[in-house]
Amino acid sequence: MESLKRAWLWFDDRTGLGSALGPIIKHPVPPNSASWFYVFGSATLFAFILQVATGVTLAFMYVPSAGEAYQSLQYITDQTTFGRIVRGMHNWGASAMILLIGVHMVRVYMTASYKFPREMHWISGVVLWALTVIMAFSGQVIRWDQTAVWSTIVASEQAGRIPFIGTWVADFLIGGETIGGATLSRMFAYHVFIVPALLFLFIGLHLYLVIRNGISEFPKAGKVVDPKTYRKEYEDLVKKKGIPFWPDAAWRDMVFGFIVITTILLIALIIGPPSLGPPPNPSNLDALPVPDWYFVFYFAFLALMPPAMETYLMVFGPLLVGALLFFLPFISNKGERSPLRRPWAVAIVALTIASVSGLWAIGITSPWSPHFDAKPLTVQIIGADSGPIYRGGMDFNEKGCLYCHTISGHGGLRGPDLTYIGDRLSADELTWRIMNGGLNMPGFGGTLTNNELSDLVIFLKSRTKKNH
Amino acid sequence: MSEKTKMSEECSRRQFFTHISITLGSIAAVMVGIPIVGSIIAPIVNKPKPIWRPVGELKGFTVGDIVKVSFIDSSPLPWAGVTAETAAWLHRQGQEEFTAFSVNCAHLGCPVRWVAGAKLFMCPCHGGVYYEDGSVAAGPPPRGLYKYPVRVHNGQVEILTSPIPITTV
Repeated sequence: MESLKRAWLWFDDRTGLGSALGPIIKHPVPPNSASWFYVFGSATLFAFILQVATGVTLAFMYVPSAGEAYQSLQYITDQTTFGRIVRGMHNWGASAMILLIGVHMVRVYMTASYKFPREMHWISGVVLWALTVIMAFSGQVIRWDQTAVWSTIVASEQAGRIPFIGTWVADFLIGGETIGGATLSRMFAYHVFIVPALLFLFIGLHLYLVIRNGISEFPKAGKVVDPKTYRKEYEDLVKKKGIPFWPDAAWRDMVFGFIVITTILLIALIIGPPSLGPPPNPSNLDALPVPDWYFVFYFAFLALMPPAMETYLMVFGPLLVGALLFFLPFISNKGERSPLRRPWAVAIVALTIASVSGLWAIGITSPWSPHFDAKPLTVQIIGADSGPIYRGGMDFNEKGCLYCHTISGHGGLRGPDLTYIGDRLSADELTWRIMNGGLNMPGFGGTLTNNELSDLVIFLKSRTKKNH
Repeated sequence: MSEKTKMSEECSRRQFFTHISITLGSIAAVMVGIPIVGSIIAPIVNKPKPIWRPVGELKGFTVGDIVKVSFIDSSPLPWAGVTAETAAWLHRQGQEEFTAFSVNCAHLGCPVRWVAGAKLFMCPCHGGVYYEDGSVAAGPPPRGLYKYPVRVHNGQVEILTSPIPITTV
């Protein structure tokens, strides 16, 4: 023990690290900033450190080659020691990071910690958030399976809508005009070198700023930020009442961080990494590409926005959100900080959470997609095993009606449920609708024979509450 | 030498050192930057030459049918593996009359499926639907399915390799 201490004293004397870093980690912070509301930034950082550690570990085993990455992922998951757990932690760590950076951002916005003199904290944080989103997307792309390939195409199609330079951006992203050998190498370089380097840079800046301007004190209603006097007040506050960050405030960060890391490990152990889809073969069209959960709300947004405006929404929507976030501290950098006195801020957060959750809920069922795997109607549901009702029911199965319409629990959700359609529409109305389509239903006038059409109408007319 | 002239001389010496340092650094950065940035953005400029790829014998296709055909893209890299493969929906309309539809939905590029019973192309992502002739039947696509050049050559049906169609503004 004594010799260890001597060794440390020697090391500290020659490097000065103890005396340089000690005051930084023990710097005084406002006593009320030692709060459970203030643990999400550090938790995001802990999740990031876990991502770096697990990501580097995966790089020991992963092969960034378009033709072999898929096999190397199978190998990592099924044949290596602990590889499955590491992949699981990297996946769920990414989820945790997205979630935590979002909560941290909401907390900072609610307590208006972005106001003077912490404008650059917020701006560097917005950059970190954008980089995290890019990491999340590029990460699920280099999980190089079928969904990854189609996600890459969907992303480059969105980039293609940028006016004038769209095609160039799309070609830049995927490394050419088609998916191929160049695509994965580029995605790997974005995910493993370029974006992490930027993340390190901006995390450094973000933390440096926290030390320079101090952690914001928990807001009190009525206590306003005045740029002329704020710095002096803050200095007086921490000088008189400040507590050392380590360990008086930091223990909460450690407790919450411990819970976060343990949860990620547990989920990785119990649920494991997401299963790989089919191989990344762009000629296999039997695909149902859906992004990872944190992008499902955006997937829903892409499906639901009005087609006439979609180019503007797709390109300028994210730009506008980014610009609003970026310039927020310039819109208001003084005045009230307490959410109790900022009803609009509370409303904006509530509205954002409500719309994202709504899109999420609908994205999970994605009712706009045809359900190719819908179970066909059975003879019991059809209610006949021969004759026009039976033939009409079979046509319903075979002519694609089933993918979009549900009858007695079988079928898709795109169009109306037709379980009791016989009570609602007459035979003429049914015929007209099937022939001409409308309201996002294709017209089947050119597809069905007269016999098929009349069978189908007789079958649909038999869908009544009485017959059920 | 007066104190003042010494100062101004010091300043001009300093300015010179500052300028030369920044200039040299910038020149070095630009020199090495050209090949670095150039090789990263090269895929924007270097376009592979399209190639006619055979997708099957003429007699293998039935008039009226729409079938999926797979072929290798124009410049497969040795390590591309299955990612070099690509596909098209091929419609034989007459003796030597073919239409090859891109498999990418014109909305955001997802793989459309031909549902033979319904005679519709359906997209699994955001609900785009197309008729047999590739025109929009329902959903968000801003235009019909893209078409690839197709020809019959020495009894073989051939498709001209093409970029993934990117719908632009």
